[in-house]
Amino acid sequence: MSTSREQIMGRVQAALAPLPQRAARPDWDRDLVILRQAHGLTDPWPLFAERLKAVNGTPLTSVTELVALLGKNNWKHGYCDPALWPQLSGAFPSGFTVETTYDRTRVDDYAFGLTAAAGAIAETGTLILTDNGTSSRLGALAPWVHIAVLHRNQIHHDIPSAVAALPADPNIIWVTGPSKTADVEGILIEGVHGPGRQVALLVD
Amino acid sequence: MATQLIDQFAKNLAPDTKAAVYDGSKKGHEKRTQLLFDTYADPNRLREIAGEIKQHVIENLDTYLPAVEAKLQANGVKVHWAATGDDACAAVRDIMQARGLRKIVKAKTMVSEEIELEHYLNKHGIETLETDLGEFIVQIDHDHPSHIVKPIIHKNRREIAQSFEREGLGAYNDDPATITARARQFLRHKYLAADVALTGANFVSVESGRLVIVTNEGNSRFCLAATKCHIALVGIEKLVPNDRDLGLLLNLLGRSATAQQLTVYTEFVSGPKSATQPDGPEEMHVIFVDNGRTDVLASDCRDILRCIRCGACLNVCPVYRQASGHAYRSVYPGPVGAVLSPLLAGKKFPEFADLPKASSLCGACHEVCPVNIPIPDLLLRLREKGKREGAPLAAAGTPPMGAWAVLASQPAAWKVALFGGKILNFLPTNLIPVPALRAWEAKRTLPEWRGGEFRAWFKNRPKP
Repeated sequence: MSTSREQIMGRVQAALAPLPQRAARPDWDRDLVILRQAHGLTDPWPLFAERLKAVNGTPLTSVTELVALLGKNNWKHGYCDPALWPQLSGAFPSGFTVETTYDRTRVDDYAFGLTAAAGAIAETGTLILTDNGTSSRLGALAPWVHIAVLHRNQIHHDIPSAVAALPADPNIIWVTGPSKTADVEGILIEGVHGPGRQVALLVD
Repeated sequence: MATQLIDQFAKNLAPDTKAAVYDGSKKGHEKRTQLLFDTYADPNRLREIAGEIKQHVIENLDTYLPAVEAKLQANGVKVHWAATGDDACAAVRDIMQARGLRKIVKAKTMVSEEIELEHYLNKHGIETLETDLGEFIVQIDHDHPSHIVKPIIHKNRREIAQSFEREGLGAYNDDPATITARARQFLRHKYLAADVALTGANFVSVESGRLVIVTNEGNSRFCLAATKCHIALVGIEKLVPNDRDLGLLLNLLGRSATAQQLTVYTEFVSGPKSATQPDGPEEMHVIFVDNGRTDVLASDCRDILRCIRCGACLNVCPVYRQASGHAYRSVYPGPVGAVLSPLLAGKKFPEFADLPKASSLCGACHEVCPVNIPIPDLLLRLREKGKREGAPLAAAGTPPMGAWAVLASQPAAWKVALFGGKILNFLPTNLIPVPALRAWEAKRTLPEWRGGEFRAWFKNRPKP
């Protein structure tokens, strides 16, 4: 029996055999795709914060600000990466319930999820999450608010640099703002399946 | 003279639908142009390079396909091959039945539409649920998507609210925010109860074996966080040589599709979840699908395999804007569909032979294409193919040219006809009982017939 694999490979070879020559792979200059503002940055955080705001994300520089934001909106029940909780718990007053194991049977209970960012991209306001660096895929996704904890030295200036630094990890996610759709009459609505509020928390 | 099917469809389109499609596609195009030209000094250079990268890939699939297979296997992914749509459907079923799995949550895959997977799986007792908001609405309405990235561009909020009410998702409410919130609440529990995540892939890097899956809503993320088994359906043309080239293609995809610098979620998936991760698939399968693509590769229209499914050519096309996606009677609408659908149809080519004529050849689709596909040239090649094969639909809307062909191929007959044509000058042509001619003559005057004068001049001209 000729398998699908053999059939496909045979057909591909037969289709390409008559070509007098094959198209070469073009070389291209990485500067071509880099945003003007991302050239010659010293500190990438200000550009990152500006670009994140441009996609309706929320850049924060202190845990106190974060706690104020959560408290003001009555987002009191959340999930936190067990590795991060010891350093953050001190800033959370009583009244907050924070779990360090995400229970998928109670998906509606969590208003926020706190996990570690593996990096960021300044020119696009993008947060980078990895599978090895994220304590729970669901904890970073299902709550209304996601907070990614980020260090300044993790921020790439531009997309080509971030691509060049893609780690060996089975599931890397570039997150550029809150989950959104414009399927209904082209009107922008945030928070479809993922977070309606995307926060980047800088800890130095 | 029969009118073209697509003209008939456009004529019968409800005014609401036409307005929705026209406004949606026009807005999409304007935002794209603004963003591309604001960001880059020379966006056209990017399109050219991206086109060269993809052309290089499709002309070297004989080396890239075995290479990506080896890389994926090394990453712990099971690779399957499907020569036809039926083979692909059977491959999904086999994977699921062997493991006793019954429920699929789907992030958008065009290939699954192409091979009519849902219908097939439902027949075999497997449940499928669309999770992209637009695709979900299409599914509950038993409708078809009408745009590659905006599947319900043809629907308004009132129709959607009625569908939600009918499906028990709450009392009538046509506020888009409420519609979205209800879908969010309903679908998250469905993800968690599902066995399998079915996705497509926008790109696959041969170098690393990473599948790139982009969504704005986060539905592919939820599928891949909630389920234990991931199956990806991937057309064999989706390969990219290496990760570096993704840096260029991703910049173009988001901007061309939805005028975003990047789509909200760009996911690089190269295998089952990591050992320390509690959520996500323990198994990953990639099914490479041919389903007519190798025939396209063998044809003189292989450039269309560069397509990255952004929908920019739909948004800019004057015919698409008037006719909407359903007029193309196939999974891929608009200019790209007018090329791809007849080609992928294989033996059923004659059923789609009119689509290449659904274009004024204005060239706007070529100008916006992020991979620089010369769509108007390909449309002309397909028109020629339709004529050569005598497909009746290829002739729809064309005046009969048989008599002219006889004359034009016989010099003696041509000469007689040129001379004999002088008789027209003495005929009361406005009385000829052909409605089309009479309508034409009512507004215009025929010029005097002067047949044969060029020939006479040419024959008698002074020779050097």
